[in-house]
Amino acid sequence: MQLTLGPVLYNWQPEQWRDFYFRIAEEAPVDVVVVGEVVCSKRSPFFEAHMPAVIERLAACGKQVVLGSLILVSLPRERRQTAELAANTDFMVEVNDLTCLGALMDRPHAIGPFVNIYNEATATYFASRGAQRICLPPELPMDSIQTIAAALPDVTMEVFAFGRVPLAISARCYHARLHKLSKDNCQFVCERDPDGLPVATLDGEPFLAMNGVQTLSHACVNLLGDAVDLAIAGVGALRLSPQQCDMVAVAKVFRDLLDGRRTQENGMQELTRIYPDVPFVNGFIHGQPGAVLTTKGTEENLRQRKAQAGTMVHEAGQ
Amino acid sequence: MELICPAGTPAGLKAAVEAGADAVYCGFRDETNARNFPGLNFSPEELQTGIAYAHGHGVKVLVAINTFARAGTLDLWKRAVDTAVEAGADALIIADVGVLDYAARRHPDQRLHVSVQAAAANPDAIEFYVKAFGARRVVLPRVLSVAEIAAIAREVRCETEVFVFGGLCVMEEGRCSLSSYATGQSPNMNGVCSPASHVHYREQDGQLVSRLGAFTINKFAAEEPAGYPTLCKGRFQTEHGAGYLFEDPVSLDATTMLPELQKAGVTALKIEGRQRGRAYIERVVRNFRQTLAGLEDGHSAPAGDLVALTEGQSTTAGAYRKTWR
Repeated sequence: MQLTLGPVLYNWQPEQWRDFYFRIAEEAPVDVVVVGEVVCSKRSPFFEAHMPAVIERLAACGKQVVLGSLILVSLPRERRQTAELAANTDFMVEVNDLTCLGALMDRPHAIGPFVNIYNEATATYFASRGAQRICLPPELPMDSIQTIAAALPDVTMEVFAFGRVPLAISARCYHARLHKLSKDNCQFVCERDPDGLPVATLDGEPFLAMNGVQTLSHACVNLLGDAVDLAIAGVGALRLSPQQCDMVAVAKVFRDLLDGRRTQENGMQELTRIYPDVPFVNGFIHGQPGAVLTTKGTEENLRQRKAQAGTMVHEAGQ
Repeated sequence: MELICPAGTPAGLKAAVEAGADAVYCGFRDETNARNFPGLNFSPEELQTGIAYAHGHGVKVLVAINTFARAGTLDLWKRAVDTAVEAGADALIIADVGVLDYAARRHPDQRLHVSVQAAAANPDAIEFYVKAFGARRVVLPRVLSVAEIAAIAREVRCETEVFVFGGLCVMEEGRCSLSSYATGQSPNMNGVCSPASHVHYREQDGQLVSRLGAFTINKFAAEEPAGYPTLCKGRFQTEHGAGYLFEDPVSLDATTMLPELQKAGVTALKIEGRQRGRAYIERVVRNFRQTLAGLEDGHSAPAGDLVALTEGQSTTAGAYRKTWR
């Protein structure tokens, strides 16, 4: 099972952004790193100066670099950027909107979690046009994940396994709106909330997080307890989405669990220590509301499910 | 410009036809359709009868098969495509790439429209659907300004359709999992957003509290009208205060923008609301028909006639005006 570090979704300070990736390159046990601004094209110029150094360092440290494309493309400038990204690189591009598919000319590429691949027919279509990695939409339940992965054993299926879940994208900038600014003159207020701006219900219950034009969950998806099931289901990579916490340590916990060096219980405790104050959820893959944390992931349950899966594999082989 | 009207039921279809629709859109009574509400939609037989009736009046019928097919159950979506084609649908409105691929291969002569749920928001994305599946029309997401729509219409090799009245999605359609985060039911997977089955109201400290799933979406004072708790139109709080952070409980009404949309080269105008009753459909469709007739005669578009029919009794032209952002 591979680990992928997804793109930074927030508006981090350029130096912080660069240093984050330098440290990931040197220390994080991740196989693939997706780099690039995917949320708001207005932020891209800040990172551009650091991009070559970041990409070079990641590649030099043996990470597969993938370049992420914008989720919502509407301006002519954004179309040009997206087409150029797809046309002028030797690195794999992660398609987050079908805008860049034409420019990719069916070259090998990855598909990000913002393209709607809900079934094996759609996955097969994109695979026929060169998709080699597909990060499935975060709301997909386990049985869909399993069916899609089984239909396309040669494509690396990836699942969003850690981080606040991106739930929606808009042409409207909610950060700017909240600060009574227009999107065109937003003064980049989203930089004040490098882990998203907490949005609570009127009862004061944390609910969502605002990130410019994007809306995320307040809670953090954590599929550590489901990692073994996902591997059995044919998933080839888990995506860890950068938050304001020690992402190197997060990656180590996932790597250790997958390699059998850590128990699930111990790993969960460690993740709680690394990213405190934000609740963990895993509802989506269990076919429940995304905001739910199921208690299914206990050690005993895990053993039972592994045994069941073993039987199923055995029966299928007969 | 064609006037495309909602038909949630056979009675709604009849009402829309009689009130002056150029085309009606409807869907099957199952999860293939993004308005999968109880008591709505069409059986295969009802669709056939409805199409015969509409065609008898020179009105087209567009069949929406616009959810994303559930893995392992593609047959349900394929059957919907086949049934709609057999019934004589003038076009199929499809969101899922796998379903589009099937429809284009199996029924190469069938007219295909790209659903708004496919989130095609620029000429390059639209070109993908035209080139790959021969799509003849794209329904544009409700996040574009009129200038952006005009630029798209100039450049693409297919027709464009835009929403002009009814519910307003403030997030890009087909890209929003807010509903499934709170309720487990989503537009993409289940054809529902903020479903009524997960809505609860309760009294608390003299206020009416509306909840969706486990979350409070709004609170209303005694004299305040209580709206439906659609998640993105709820009241929430941040450290900067409380209010409608994403959008007020407003509906879309682009009546006054019709001349601009016409100038932008838009082919079709869509009225949202398959869940609405006959009387509503009749009134809205008739109103738009009159306005369009007036435009042809050189009159300007009147504002405000339909406010009483909108949710929250207030309207916006949404993203069509750039100030919305």
